[in-house]
Amino acid sequence: MPALPAELSVSLWRGGAQGRYETYRVPRRDSQTVLDVVTYVQRHIDPTLSYRFACRVGMCGSCAMTVNGRPRWTCRTHVAKVAGGGTLEIGPLENLPVIKDLATDMAPFFEKWRGAKGAFAPSRTRTDPMPCIRPDSPARIAADAAIECINCGVCYAACDTVRWNADYLGPAALNRTWTLVNDERDAGNAARLQAVAAAGGCHACHSHQSCQEHCPLALNPTASIAGLKRRTALAYLKGELKP
Amino acid sequence: MNVRLYVWQRATAALMVPLVAVHLAVIFYATRQGFSAAEILSRTRGSIAWGTYYALFVAAVSIHAAIGVRNVLAEWLPLSERHAGRLAVAFGLLLAALGFRAVAAVVL
Repeated sequence: MPALPAELSVSLWRGGAQGRYETYRVPRRDSQTVLDVVTYVQRHIDPTLSYRFACRVGMCGSCAMTVNGRPRWTCRTHVAKVAGGGTLEIGPLENLPVIKDLATDMAPFFEKWRGAKGAFAPSRTRTDPMPCIRPDSPARIAADAAIECINCGVCYAACDTVRWNADYLGPAALNRTWTLVNDERDAGNAARLQAVAAAGGCHACHSHQSCQEHCPLALNPTASIAGLKRRTALAYLKGELKP
Repeated sequence: MNVRLYVWQRATAALMVPLVAVHLAVIFYATRQGFSAAEILSRTRGSIAWGTYYALFVAAVSIHAAIGVRNVLAEWLPLSERHAGRLAVAFGLLLAALGFRAVAAVVL
């Protein structure tokens, strides 16, 4: 990998939806992440810069931004990996309203979680015994493959269908739905399948696989959505769904 | 697209797989044999089998293509789902009319 210059040229989005990029000079450091760069600008150059982060270790999912044209989690993205020639362009996530600078409004993202019935619906009370779910059962394996999502919004920002169709629930919400559809303890699948079988649900997905390509945890929401397509089609053919 | 349109589109796609394969085989056979239009018509005129085969083909194409066009219209133009649906139905009916007319021309 070629050595980077001692200083980075960093263009950051400033303002709201009608903002512009402004360029800053940031010292290059070893093991520097993109979040480190943004933090340097706020702490040393312009304290009015707005951005969002919390854990800094890839667990909370709050620091995603558009880095050189690609949505990424900035806390785990090393400058050495993405700043070819020492240049960085960092903007807010696509497909979400910009609040200010690098901070987007995540409300539409989580509203779609609600629309996809992404909340667990318990089938037992706390006085009932814990259900015994085998780790090697097909449903548990399917849920395991999708369950590590941290809701960073990277897949949502990368999705062409979200860009084209404002009603589309998006890969993260549908991925969450797939984990619940495979949760043997859940009692809400009738309403859940009904919700994702409607217009804007899983069948709106074109299987472009941008979500899979960009997911920082290497999850595959496209596969989850394909599972929902099969499950809802089967339920429809059995007469269990009324579109 | 909702689940009903999805099922119709996938079902018509599955139906068209063998239909397209046979259709291509027929084209290759007819051209390799050097059949004239009159010779082809002599085989298709009055044939219930060919009439049924291509009528099914036209129906599948009309449904499949109309659903696809509906999605394109809804995603790429500032149209509501309802308006995109109406335009797509009109497109499907046009395809069906042209297709059935062609089938009638070679079978009747």
